[in-house]
Amino acid sequence: MLSIRNLHVSIKGKEILKGINLEVNPGEVHAIMGPNGTGKSTLAYVISGRDGYDVTEGEIIFKGRNILDLSAEERACEGLFLGFQYPVEIPGVSITNFLRTAINEQRKYKGLDPVPAPEFLAKMEEKKQLLELQDKLASRSVNEGFSGGEKKKNEIFQMAMLEPSLAILDETDSGLDIDALRIVATGVNKLRRPDNSTVVITHYQRLLEYIVPDVVHVLFDGRIVKSGGKELALLLEEKGYEWIRSES
Amino acid sequence: MEAGIVATTYNLKEYLQGVIIARKHEIGLNDTPVVAQKRADAFELFCRMGFPHAALEKWRGTDLSRALNYEYQALPEQPSADIDIEKIFKCDVPHFETLLVSQLNGWYADRNNLLQVYPNGMIIGSLAAAFRKYPELVNAHYGKYADDKADGLTALNTAMSQDGIFIYIPDNVTVEQNIQTVNITDFKQNLFLNTRNLVILGENSHLRLVQCDDSINHDVTFINSVTEVKIGRNATLDHYKMQNKDDHTTLINSMFFHQDEGSSLSTNAISLNGGLIRNLSHVTMSGSHSNAEVYGLYLMDRYQHVDNQVFINHAAPECESRELFKGVLDDHASGVFNGHIKVHRDAQKTNAFQTNKNILLSDKATIDTKPFLEIYADDVKCSHGATIGQLDPEALFYIRSRGISEANAKILLMYAFAADVINKISIPELRQRMDDMVKKRLRGELSQCEQCVLNCSTHEHQKVDFKIDLSKI
Repeated sequence: MLSIRNLHVSIKGKEILKGINLEVNPGEVHAIMGPNGTGKSTLAYVISGRDGYDVTEGEIIFKGRNILDLSAEERACEGLFLGFQYPVEIPGVSITNFLRTAINEQRKYKGLDPVPAPEFLAKMEEKKQLLELQDKLASRSVNEGFSGGEKKKNEIFQMAMLEPSLAILDETDSGLDIDALRIVATGVNKLRRPDNSTVVITHYQRLLEYIVPDVVHVLFDGRIVKSGGKELALLLEEKGYEWIRSES
Repeated sequence: MEAGIVATTYNLKEYLQGVIIARKHEIGLNDTPVVAQKRADAFELFCRMGFPHAALEKWRGTDLSRALNYEYQALPEQPSADIDIEKIFKCDVPHFETLLVSQLNGWYADRNNLLQVYPNGMIIGSLAAAFRKYPELVNAHYGKYADDKADGLTALNTAMSQDGIFIYIPDNVTVEQNIQTVNITDFKQNLFLNTRNLVILGENSHLRLVQCDDSINHDVTFINSVTEVKIGRNATLDHYKMQNKDDHTTLINSMFFHQDEGSSLSTNAISLNGGLIRNLSHVTMSGSHSNAEVYGLYLMDRYQHVDNQVFINHAAPECESRELFKGVLDDHASGVFNGHIKVHRDAQKTNAFQTNKNILLSDKATIDTKPFLEIYADDVKCSHGATIGQLDPEALFYIRSRGISEANAKILLMYAFAADVINKISIPELRQRMDDMVKKRLRGELSQCEQCVLNCSTHEHQKVDFKIDLSKI
């Protein structure tokens, strides 16, 4: 699904990622943990094609193709999805219109006709129930005036609608109360399939009680310094990041 | 040199002065003595002031010199009585029920029926005909609200205008239909037009008025339009100005609103295209507890220029005014926003709020925005804010990360920016159409055959289907 090999990334000459190696197979859930400022969000942004980052070395292979030359929208059309830590408000554009536009552009990329309205609406209905979304939410403007929890739920709702092969969820748990966290995690779990993968970026172990990862990585100072099973997250919780610091 | 420009010997001011003197009788044919006196005074003022120029504070950002350097014809003939206006213009906004009032080259177009009196007492028709038939109404309001001393162009209009639209709504009448006025220019030469409208709303009356500017010809046109509106006690006016002119047109649109006690005004100027557009909204709140909402949206590109001048004159206590102007400027387009709020000493407990937000899409586009608050009362709430920015890169990335192309992501963000003002339109069919127009404008699809503001289908052009294509926005 995703192979990252020796990825070095700089922002304005300052090296942030210093040789990342990561292998995610279909059907797997990976968690990337680490203290603030170690490059977790940078990694998410670079994979999804945000401007402003210099990849000085290495490659990102997604479904057998090096995607570094693709634009953000092309990567999305290839099946990548980024759940934002801080989703952006777009006043005046309803979620329904926004998603329909996105789905149709992705279909166009694949040479498909636009989604028929009844099919689209039925899918909206199904996914809304999955995330326990209120009916009126879909007619509201994208993220405008949403609470922190609503914004995160809306990210997972978009993910459910767009059905990506690989979803990267950047700090999806931040700002969530326990109920919202449960709903978001249930959504992610229900969307899990043998042919798709999820990378969860998180600061705390808490989310991983709900979304159980196959592999846990610890990102520290621009490198993945430790990888292991879900028990690694518990160990981190117990010993703290200082433990990594002393080990690395 | 461009065709039609005479660079050296021509002087438009002298030419127009000559026309006014030579054809004095014809111009003032229908005048009441009061109108005739105002005309004479205004002519003096125009001779003294001439055309506005960049040395005047209120004209600093708008340069008329190029527009004034063409050779124009000034007094177009009356349309013939057998003209079929439907053949020239037909509004096809779906389900938009309007009472259509047409002007052709400034003249009230229905020459067989110059003044129509409706069962509810409403009168609609030619202003020149109203001079003769309703002199008492005309004398009570005409020239009372427009400020000839403040601007040479307003004075020129008072001196030279021959006709325009007259609307009178009696006391306690709620007009159910939307009234839509359409000012069409269809002339084979360059045209300089002074049109003059007078709208009178009686006490407790209610009116929705949509003013559209359309052009059929593609010669150079200079429209100098003045509209005076009296809003009586507890009356409400919902007013829209739709502008989608070609790049050869200069449009000076001066609106003078006069509000009595307890009245409400909402006015919204939407400028989608036009070579040079200047909108003046001059609002005087002369009675307490009145309310004014002044909105505007402008989407300009190429070498287009738009200038919005707002003057809110709080002359009475406990009134509220709200201004919201938003604009997107691309290429070499330029814009001006000048928001003047004056709160008189007696106008205590005034609330006055002003916002102007702009997006510049190119580094050649410019906006000159200036709030000017003049406050003489001590118990007031006033605020103003102006922003100039580019599209938010974070938001662009967010949209693109969903698979939407950069070009469409930009359109979506611009549309989102404009939606604030579009959503203020309270007539649902008109809001829907403007929403479509704005989307088309932002996609660069507002083509020549839609240069008329509400997508007229002229005899030359095919009807255009306006269904929203959700795959694009």
